[in-house]
Amino acid sequence: MALKSKHQRLILVLIALVAIIGAGLLAASALKDEAAYFYVPADVKAKGFTPGKAVRLGGMVVAGSLAHAPDGVTKTFTVSDGKATVPVRFTGIAPDLFREGSGVVAEGKFDAQGTFIADNLLAKHDERYMPREMEGMSYDPKTHKVTGAAKP
Amino acid sequence: MHAFANPAKFLSLAKVLTPWLFWGGLALILVGAGCGLFVTPADYLQGESVRILYIHVPAAWLGMGGWTGLAIAALMQIVWRHPLAGVAGRAIAVPGALFTAICLATGSIWGRPTWGTWWEWDGRMTSMLVLLFLYFGYIALARASAEQPGGIGENGGVSRVTAIFALVGAVNLPIINRSVVWWNSLHQGPSITMRGSSIDSAILWPLGLTVIGFSLWFGAIVLMRMRSILAQNKVEARMARLAREAA
Repeated sequence: MALKSKHQRLILVLIALVAIIGAGLLAASALKDEAAYFYVPADVKAKGFTPGKAVRLGGMVVAGSLAHAPDGVTKTFTVSDGKATVPVRFTGIAPDLFREGSGVVAEGKFDAQGTFIADNLLAKHDERYMPREMEGMSYDPKTHKVTGAAKP
Repeated sequence: MHAFANPAKFLSLAKVLTPWLFWGGLALILVGAGCGLFVTPADYLQGESVRILYIHVPAAWLGMGGWTGLAIAALMQIVWRHPLAGVAGRAIAVPGALFTAICLATGSIWGRPTWGTWWEWDGRMTSMLVLLFLYFGYIALARASAEQPGGIGENGGVSRVTAIFALVGAVNLPIINRSVVWWNSLHQGPSITMRGSSIDSAILWPLGLTVIGFSLWFGAIVLMRMRSILAQNKVEARMARLAREAA
Protein backbone atom coordinates (compact mmCIF):
# COMPACT_ATOMS: atom_id res chain seq x y z
CA MET A 1 0.00 0.00 0.00
CA ALA A 2 1.51 3.25 -1.07
CA LEU A 3 1.00 6.17 1.27
CA LYS A 4 0.05 9.49 -0.19
CA SER A 5 2.99 11.81 0.14
CA LYS A 6 1.04 14.29 2.27
CA HIS A 7 0.17 11.52 4.71
CA GLN A 8 3.80 10.50 4.77
CA ARG A 9 4.76 14.06 5.66
CA LEU A 10 2.05 14.23 8.33
CA ILE A 11 3.30 11.03 9.99
CA LEU A 12 6.89 12.24 9.81
CA VAL A 13 6.01 15.57 11.42
CA LEU A 14 3.97 13.88 14.17
CA ILE A 15 6.80 11.45 15.00
CA ALA A 16 9.26 14.35 15.10
CA LEU A 17 6.94 16.36 17.36
CA VAL A 18 6.46 13.46 19.78
CA ALA A 19 10.23 12.97 19.94
CA ILE A 20 10.89 16.67 20.54
CA ILE A 21 8.20 17.01 23.20
CA GLY A 22 9.48 13.86 24.89
CA ALA A 23 13.00 15.29 24.91
CA GLY A 24 11.67 18.57 26.29
CA LEU A 25 9.78 16.84 29.09
CA LEU A 26 12.81 14.72 30.00
CA ALA A 27 14.98 17.81 30.16
CA ALA A 28 12.38 19.64 32.24
CA SER A 29 12.07 16.81 34.75
CA ALA A 30 15.86 16.51 34.97
CA LEU A 31 15.95 20.22 35.74
CA LYS A 32 13.32 19.85 38.45
CA ASP A 33 15.70 20.57 41.29
CA GLU A 34 18.10 22.81 39.42
CA ALA A 35 15.48 25.12 37.94
CA ALA A 36 13.67 25.63 41.23
CA TYR A 37 13.80 29.30 42.08
CA PHE A 38 14.04 28.67 45.81
CA TYR A 39 14.27 25.92 48.40
CA VAL A 40 11.52 25.30 50.93
CA PRO A 41 12.17 24.46 54.61
CA ALA A 42 11.36 20.78 53.97
CA ASP A 43 14.24 20.61 51.44
CA VAL A 44 16.55 22.09 54.07
CA LYS A 45 15.37 19.54 56.63
CA ALA A 46 15.76 16.63 54.21
CA LYS A 47 19.08 17.55 52.60
CA GLY A 48 20.71 19.74 55.25
CA PHE A 49 22.37 23.05 54.53
CA THR A 50 25.84 24.38 53.75
CA PRO A 51 26.65 27.39 55.94
CA GLY A 52 27.80 30.37 53.89
CA LYS A 53 26.47 29.13 50.52
CA ALA A 54 24.19 31.64 48.76
CA VAL A 55 20.66 30.21 48.35
CA ARG A 56 17.06 31.35 48.26
CA LEU A 57 14.56 30.15 50.84
CA GLY A 58 10.83 30.38 50.24
CA GLY A 59 7.71 29.73 52.31
CA MET A 60 5.07 31.36 54.44
CA VAL A 61 5.91 33.79 57.21
CA VAL A 62 4.51 32.06 60.31
CA ALA A 63 1.82 34.21 61.95
CA GLY A 64 3.03 35.65 65.25
CA SER A 65 6.70 34.94 64.56
CA LEU A 66 7.70 38.35 63.22
CA ALA A 67 9.76 40.38 65.70
CA HIS A 68 11.58 43.69 65.25
CA ALA A 69 14.98 44.21 66.82
CA PRO A 70 15.66 47.47 68.75
CA ASP A 71 17.93 48.77 65.95
CA GLY A 72 14.78 49.35 63.85
CA VAL A 73 15.92 47.69 60.64
CA THR A 74 16.43 44.08 61.72
CA LYS A 75 13.55 41.63 61.64
CA THR A 76 13.42 38.02 62.73
CA PHE A 77 10.71 35.61 61.68
CA THR A 78 10.06 31.95 60.94
CA VAL A 79 9.45 30.57 57.46
CA SER A 80 7.34 27.45 57.12
CA ASP A 81 6.13 25.25 54.28
CA GLY A 82 3.79 23.24 56.48
CA LYS A 83 6.37 20.46 56.92
CA ALA A 84 9.33 22.22 58.48
CA THR A 85 10.35 25.66 59.69
CA VAL A 86 13.50 27.76 59.42
CA PRO A 87 14.33 30.87 61.50
CA VAL A 88 15.28 33.89 59.39
CA ARG A 89 17.02 37.16 60.26
CA PHE A 90 16.90 40.09 57.85
CA THR A 91 18.42 43.55 58.05
CA GLY A 92 17.14 46.03 55.51
CA ILE A 93 13.99 47.33 53.90
CA ALA A 94 11.28 44.73 53.27
CA PRO A 95 8.81 45.06 50.37
CA ASP A 96 5.35 46.46 51.19
CA LEU A 97 3.63 43.12 50.73
CA PHE A 98 5.90 41.36 53.22
CA ARG A 99 3.69 40.37 56.16
CA GLU A 100 2.84 37.51 58.49
CA GLY A 101 0.85 34.68 56.93
CA SER A 102 2.00 35.66 53.46
CA GLY A 103 4.56 34.14 51.09
CA VAL A 104 8.18 35.27 51.11
CA VAL A 105 11.37 34.45 49.23
CA ALA A 106 14.53 35.29 51.17
CA GLU A 107 17.94 35.55 49.50
CA GLY A 108 20.98 34.96 51.66
CA LYS A 109 22.84 32.17 53.43
CA PHE A 110 22.68 29.95 56.48
CA ASP A 111 24.89 30.57 59.46
CA ALA A 112 26.47 27.68 61.35
CA GLN A 113 23.51 27.43 63.75
CA GLY A 114 20.94 26.99 60.97
CA THR A 115 19.53 30.52 61.05
CA PHE A 116 18.99 31.92 57.59
CA ILE A 117 20.67 35.33 57.28
CA ALA A 118 18.76 37.11 54.50
CA ASP A 119 20.23 40.06 52.63
CA ASN A 120 17.17 40.55 50.43
CA LEU A 121 13.47 39.77 50.80
CA LEU A 122 10.94 39.31 48.01
CA ALA A 123 7.23 39.11 48.75
CA LYS A 124 5.61 36.20 46.95
CA HIS A 125 2.08 36.92 45.86
CA ASP A 126 -0.32 33.98 45.71
CA GLU A 127 -3.00 33.30 43.10
CA ARG A 128 -5.81 34.94 45.12
CA TYR A 129 -7.23 38.26 43.97
CA MET A 130 -10.10 39.82 45.91
CA PRO A 131 -11.52 43.18 46.96
CA ARG A 132 -10.52 44.68 50.31
CA GLU A 133 -13.98 44.05 51.80
CA MET A 134 -13.38 40.33 51.51
CA GLU A 135 -10.11 40.26 53.43
CA GLY A 136 -10.28 37.72 56.24
CA MET A 137 -12.35 35.25 54.30
CA SER A 138 -10.75 31.89 53.89
CA TYR A 139 -9.83 30.35 50.62
CA ASP A 140 -9.71 26.63 49.88
CA PRO A 141 -7.12 25.87 47.19
CA LYS A 142 -8.64 22.44 46.57
CA THR A 143 -12.13 23.60 45.66
CA HIS A 144 -11.12 27.13 44.59
CA LYS A 145 -13.95 28.45 46.74
CA VAL A 146 -13.81 31.49 48.98
CA THR A 147 -15.77 30.95 52.18
CA GLY A 148 -16.41 32.72 55.44
CA ALA A 149 -18.22 35.88 56.44
CA ALA A 150 -17.07 39.31 55.41
CA LYS A 151 -15.50 41.40 58.11
CA PRO A 152 -18.09 43.62 59.84
CA MET B 1 -9.20 25.36 4.77
CA HIS B 2 -8.28 24.51 1.23
CA ALA B 3 -11.14 26.63 -0.06
CA PHE B 4 -8.83 29.50 0.90
CA ALA B 5 -5.87 28.11 -1.02
CA ASN B 6 -6.97 30.58 -3.65
CA PRO B 7 -5.67 33.96 -2.41
CA ALA B 8 -8.48 35.81 -4.20
CA LYS B 9 -11.10 33.95 -2.17
CA PHE B 10 -9.16 34.52 1.04
CA LEU B 11 -8.76 38.22 0.25
CA SER B 12 -12.48 38.79 -0.31
CA LEU B 13 -13.31 37.21 3.06
CA ALA B 14 -10.45 38.98 4.87
CA LYS B 15 -11.56 42.32 3.48
CA VAL B 16 -15.01 41.90 5.04
CA LEU B 17 -13.70 40.46 8.32
CA THR B 18 -10.92 42.98 9.04
CA PRO B 19 -13.00 46.05 10.03
CA TRP B 20 -15.34 43.96 12.20
CA LEU B 21 -12.45 42.40 14.10
CA PHE B 22 -10.60 45.70 14.37
CA TRP B 23 -13.43 47.93 15.61
CA GLY B 24 -15.17 45.20 17.63
CA GLY B 25 -11.87 44.34 19.32
CA LEU B 26 -11.04 47.97 20.00
CA ALA B 27 -14.48 48.58 21.54
CA LEU B 28 -14.11 45.58 23.87
CA ILE B 29 -10.58 46.66 24.86
CA LEU B 30 -11.73 50.19 25.69
CA VAL B 31 -14.75 49.02 27.68
CA GLY B 32 -12.76 46.32 29.50
CA ALA B 33 -9.79 48.58 30.26
CA GLY B 34 -12.06 51.45 31.30
CA CYS B 35 -14.02 49.25 33.71
CA GLY B 36 -10.77 47.69 34.92
CA LEU B 37 -9.39 51.14 35.71
CA PHE B 38 -12.45 52.85 37.18
CA VAL B 39 -15.15 50.33 38.12
CA THR B 40 -13.55 47.27 39.74
CA PRO B 41 -12.30 47.39 43.34
CA ALA B 42 -8.63 47.35 44.31
CA ASP B 43 -7.07 44.11 45.54
CA TYR B 44 -6.85 43.56 49.31
CA LEU B 45 -3.08 43.05 49.19
CA GLN B 46 -1.79 44.47 45.90
CA GLY B 47 -3.97 47.57 46.00
CA GLU B 48 -4.32 49.46 42.73
CA SER B 49 -1.46 47.64 40.98
CA VAL B 50 -3.81 44.67 40.43
CA ARG B 51 -5.27 46.61 37.49
CA ILE B 52 -2.29 45.77 35.28
CA LEU B 53 -3.89 42.31 35.12
CA TYR B 54 -6.28 43.50 32.41
CA ILE B 55 -3.35 44.10 30.04
CA HIS B 56 -0.83 41.56 31.31
CA VAL B 57 -3.05 38.48 30.98
CA PRO B 58 -4.29 39.16 27.39
CA ALA B 59 -0.68 39.95 26.38
CA ALA B 60 0.54 36.64 27.82
CA TRP B 61 -2.34 34.78 26.16
CA LEU B 62 -1.62 36.31 22.76
CA GLY B 63 2.14 35.91 23.05
CA MET B 64 1.61 32.17 23.53
CA GLY B 65 -1.42 32.04 21.20
CA GLY B 66 0.66 33.70 18.48
CA TRP B 67 3.25 30.96 18.65
CA THR B 68 0.50 28.33 18.58
CA GLY B 69 -0.64 30.02 15.36
CA LEU B 70 2.91 29.90 13.95
CA ALA B 71 3.10 26.18 14.76
CA ILE B 72 -0.27 25.44 13.10
CA ALA B 73 0.74 27.48 10.03
CA ALA B 74 4.03 25.56 9.90
CA LEU B 75 2.15 22.24 10.05
CA MET B 76 -0.14 23.39 7.21
CA GLN B 77 2.90 24.41 5.18
CA ILE B 78 4.94 21.25 5.69
CA VAL B 79 2.17 18.66 5.42
CA TRP B 80 -0.46 20.17 3.11
CA ARG B 81 1.72 22.73 1.30
CA HIS B 82 -0.98 25.33 1.87
CA PRO B 83 0.04 28.39 -0.18
CA LEU B 84 -1.06 30.91 2.47
CA ALA B 85 0.51 29.15 5.47
CA GLY B 86 3.86 30.90 5.14
CA VAL B 87 2.15 34.26 4.61
CA ALA B 88 0.14 33.68 7.79
CA GLY B 89 3.26 32.76 9.75
CA ARG B 90 5.07 35.87 8.57
CA ALA B 91 2.02 37.99 9.49
CA ILE B 92 1.66 36.51 13.00
CA ALA B 93 5.29 36.72 14.10
CA VAL B 94 5.64 40.48 14.67
CA PRO B 95 2.40 41.07 16.67
CA GLY B 96 3.13 37.85 18.61
CA ALA B 97 6.55 39.19 19.58
CA LEU B 98 5.02 42.56 20.46
CA PHE B 99 2.47 41.04 22.85
CA THR B 100 5.16 38.85 24.45
CA ALA B 101 7.21 41.99 25.05
CA ILE B 102 4.15 43.78 26.51
CA CYS B 103 3.60 40.80 28.82
CA LEU B 104 7.21 40.93 30.05
CA ALA B 105 7.14 44.72 30.48
CA THR B 106 3.83 44.85 32.40
CA GLY B 107 4.92 41.90 34.53
CA SER B 108 8.11 43.70 35.42
CA ILE B 109 6.24 46.91 36.30
CA TRP B 110 3.89 44.89 38.53
CA GLY B 111 6.72 42.91 40.08
CA ARG B 112 8.54 45.97 41.44
CA PRO B 113 5.81 47.06 43.93
CA THR B 114 4.47 43.55 44.57
CA TRP B 115 7.54 41.34 44.86
CA GLY B 116 10.10 44.06 45.38
CA THR B 117 12.06 43.31 42.19
CA TRP B 118 11.94 44.23 38.50
CA TRP B 119 13.23 40.90 37.31
CA GLU B 120 14.14 37.51 38.72
CA TRP B 121 15.27 34.43 36.84
CA ASP B 122 12.42 32.18 37.90
CA GLY B 123 10.88 29.53 35.64
CA ARG B 124 7.93 31.54 34.35
CA MET B 125 9.84 34.71 33.55
CA THR B 126 12.78 32.91 31.98
CA SER B 127 10.61 30.71 29.75
CA MET B 128 8.59 33.75 28.64
CA LEU B 129 11.81 35.61 27.78
CA VAL B 130 12.89 32.55 25.77
CA LEU B 131 9.59 32.84 23.85
CA LEU B 132 10.46 36.45 22.93
CA PHE B 133 13.87 35.33 21.66
CA LEU B 134 12.21 32.51 19.67
CA TYR B 135 10.02 35.15 17.99
CA PHE B 136 13.14 37.15 17.09
CA GLY B 137 14.66 33.98 15.63
CA TYR B 138 11.53 33.28 13.58
CA ILE B 139 11.39 36.86 12.27
CA ALA B 140 15.07 36.71 11.27
CA LEU B 141 14.60 33.35 9.50
CA ALA B 142 11.45 34.58 7.72
CA ARG B 143 13.31 37.65 6.54
CA ALA B 144 16.26 35.56 5.37
CA SER B 145 13.96 33.21 3.43
CA ALA B 146 12.59 36.17 1.44
CA GLU B 147 16.08 36.97 0.26
CA GLN B 148 16.67 33.47 -1.12
CA PRO B 149 16.37 33.84 -4.91
CA GLY B 150 13.71 31.52 -6.35
CA GLY B 151 12.77 30.30 -2.87
CA ILE B 152 9.29 30.05 -1.43
CA GLY B 153 9.96 33.25 0.50
CA GLU B 154 9.74 35.23 -2.75
CA ASN B 155 5.96 34.86 -2.66
CA GLY B 156 5.67 36.22 0.86
CA GLY B 157 5.97 32.78 2.43
CA VAL B 158 8.67 31.41 4.68
CA SER B 159 11.31 28.75 4.04
CA ARG B 160 10.91 25.19 5.27
CA VAL B 161 13.62 25.75 7.89
CA THR B 162 11.55 28.61 9.30
CA ALA B 163 8.48 26.37 9.51
CA ILE B 164 10.44 23.60 11.23
CA PHE B 165 11.79 26.19 13.68
CA ALA B 166 8.19 27.20 14.52
CA LEU B 167 7.27 23.57 15.26
CA VAL B 168 10.34 22.95 17.43
CA GLY B 169 9.80 26.23 19.29
CA ALA B 170 6.29 25.10 20.24
CA VAL B 171 7.95 22.84 22.85
CA ASN B 172 8.40 25.99 24.93
CA LEU B 173 4.62 26.55 25.20
CA PRO B 174 3.81 23.71 27.65
CA ILE B 175 6.97 24.64 29.55
CA ILE B 176 5.73 28.22 30.03
CA ASN B 177 2.31 26.95 31.04
CA ARG B 178 3.61 24.41 33.56
CA SER B 179 6.62 26.40 34.82
CA VAL B 180 4.81 27.59 37.95
CA VAL B 181 3.60 24.07 38.75
CA TRP B 182 6.77 22.06 38.08
CA TRP B 183 9.20 24.37 39.83
CA ASN B 184 9.14 26.61 42.86
CA SER B 185 8.72 30.01 41.27
CA LEU B 186 8.31 33.59 42.35
CA HIS B 187 5.42 33.98 39.92
CA GLN B 188 2.17 32.80 41.50
CA GLY B 189 0.47 29.61 40.38
CA PRO B 190 -2.44 29.58 37.92
CA SER B 191 -5.44 31.57 39.20
CA ILE B 192 -7.89 30.32 36.60
CA THR B 193 -8.05 26.54 36.29
CA MET B 194 -10.58 23.96 35.15
CA ARG B 195 -12.00 23.96 38.69
CA GLY B 196 -12.73 27.65 38.80
CA SER B 197 -11.06 30.94 39.53
CA SER B 198 -9.33 32.21 42.65
CA ILE B 199 -9.74 35.74 41.30
CA ASP B 200 -12.89 37.16 42.84
CA SER B 201 -15.62 37.77 40.26
CA ALA B 202 -15.74 41.49 41.16
CA ILE B 203 -12.15 41.80 39.88
CA LEU B 204 -12.34 39.12 37.20
CA TRP B 205 -15.12 40.19 34.83
CA PRO B 206 -13.41 42.97 32.79
CA LEU B 207 -10.56 40.53 32.12
CA GLY B 208 -12.85 38.51 29.86
CA LEU B 209 -13.60 41.65 27.84
CA THR B 210 -9.95 42.62 27.34
CA VAL B 211 -8.88 39.03 26.54
CA ILE B 212 -11.55 38.71 23.83
CA GLY B 213 -10.98 42.29 22.64
CA PHE B 214 -7.22 41.92 22.26
CA SER B 215 -7.73 38.54 20.57
CA LEU B 216 -10.07 40.06 17.95
CA TRP B 217 -7.61 42.88 17.47
CA PHE B 218 -4.78 40.40 17.03
CA GLY B 219 -6.84 38.69 14.32
CA ALA B 220 -7.42 42.02 12.59
CA ILE B 221 -3.69 42.86 12.66
CA VAL B 222 -2.80 39.44 11.23
CA LEU B 223 -5.38 39.75 8.42
CA MET B 224 -4.16 43.27 7.59
CA ARG B 225 -0.56 42.09 7.45
CA MET B 226 -1.49 39.09 5.28
CA ARG B 227 -3.39 41.34 2.89
CA SER B 228 -0.47 43.74 2.64
CA ILE B 229 1.97 40.88 1.94
CA LEU B 230 -0.33 39.51 -0.79
CA ALA B 231 -0.75 43.00 -2.29
CA GLN B 232 3.03 43.41 -2.28
CA ASN B 233 3.32 40.10 -4.16
CA LYS B 234 0.89 41.33 -6.78
CA VAL B 235 2.86 44.55 -7.27
CA GLU B 236 6.11 42.67 -7.59
CA ALA B 237 4.63 40.18 -10.07
CA ARG B 238 3.30 43.03 -12.19
CA MET B 239 6.65 44.86 -12.09
CA ALA B 240 8.42 41.68 -13.15
CA ARG B 241 5.99 41.20 -16.04
CA LEU B 242 6.39 44.80 -17.20
CA ALA B 243 10.16 44.47 -17.03
CA ARG B 244 10.00 41.30 -19.15
CA GLU B 245 7.74 42.97 -21.71
CA ALA B 246 10.00 46.00 -21.93
CA ALA B 247 13.08 43.87 -22.53
